[in-house]
Amino acid sequence: MNVLQVRDLTKRHGHKHGLVRAVDGVDLDVPAGQLLAVTGPSGCGKSTLLHLLGGLERPTSGQVWLAGQRVDTAGERALARLRRRSVGFVFQSFHLVEELTAAENVELPVLLAGGSPRAARRRAGQLLDQVGLAHRARRQPWRLSGGERQRVAVARALANEPLVVLADEPTGNLDTAATNEVLRLFADLRAMGQTVVLVTHDARVAATADRLISMRDGVFVDDAWLGGPAGRLGDLFAMGD
Amino acid sequence: MQDAILAMLAKEPSHGYDLGLRLRRALGPLGGSMNAGQVYVTLARLEKAGLVVHERSAGSPDRPDRKVYALTDAGHERVTAWLAEVNRPKPDLVEFHLKLAAASASRLADPVELVDVQRRELLRRLAEAQRAVLAEPEGSTGGLLLEGVALRLEADLRWLEACERVWSRRAEA
Repeated sequence: MNVLQVRDLTKRHGHKHGLVRAVDGVDLDVPAGQLLAVTGPSGCGKSTLLHLLGGLERPTSGQVWLAGQRVDTAGERALARLRRRSVGFVFQSFHLVEELTAAENVELPVLLAGGSPRAARRRAGQLLDQVGLAHRARRQPWRLSGGERQRVAVARALANEPLVVLADEPTGNLDTAATNEVLRLFADLRAMGQTVVLVTHDARVAATADRLISMRDGVFVDDAWLGGPAGRLGDLFAMGD
Repeated sequence: MQDAILAMLAKEPSHGYDLGLRLRRALGPLGGSMNAGQVYVTLARLEKAGLVVHERSAGSPDRPDRKVYALTDAGHERVTAWLAEVNRPKPDLVEFHLKLAAASASRLADPVELVDVQRRELLRRLAEAQRAVLAEPEGSTGGLLLEGVALRLEADLRWLEACERVWSRRAEA
């Protein structure tokens, strides 16, 4: 089953040189449980695509379905509800609420979706444990490392059991060790069957996906399957000398 | 070198001297390090292998008789196979560079497509390296080696991006 379906999706932005097609008539099917990476140089339209998928922006034309529900034509209330319940967002700069603890940041979406304080606390505890941060639950974001902050953000994105997690340069502000922390977490999510679409300009991050789409000037120029059989490391060590 | 020379001959029959010039031009600043005699040695080997044949062309007063080399059918087959093959296990920058130049000159293949195929292969390897990196605990020495493998692949991928930019611009021009 496809969690996301996109047909002939186009988004034009006004620009000093006239209209620019940020996304130019793309088609996309994302099956449930897929970890999809979209990569390309800055300005290729990958972030705009992610915003269109999550209902953060409206397309100029074309259609987006999330689990069979039309996103592009949904009304404001339906869209707000969809963003709250069906989609989990992860951003480059974490977007955590600095005044709240890690646990409270994760509880927030549950409460906003109408969950009880008790349900929210239980869910936050469970998720922080899952991302390996149970011992940091009472800390505020500024007392966490970059990798820990992004793991809290991922836990928050999962709070309402979204159909899809949409991540925009999730490792863009992180060093290598912290990047690997977050990538391990995405690998765990994938193992649990969570559908994830992540946008990145970093080839090493993109290479951890099952499938990699390359974008240039608003169109897909390549769509490659990377989830091949593992365990061919002998091959690797012959590389690059 | 053998394959690059064959690919240049696929465009048109040529003198050893012209082939040397074209190779040097394709190699750019690196061309200076190429030994002129290498071309003749290589041509002799290729002829022995039945991949090229030569004819003597009439020389002018200031130029002695020279051999003009041309591809045989077997040579043509070998060029086609070379252009289609993905460079592995280690992508040799010089060979790949010459392959793109030869593909473009001979019009036997689209350089941008060759870049795409190579990129997929590198990405597949990077995916394997990254899976292995993530399976290692942070800070292990095994992880350090994998880190090196991944960084090199990343560098190769960036270079391919530059190749794609330049060759697609040339295709449009």
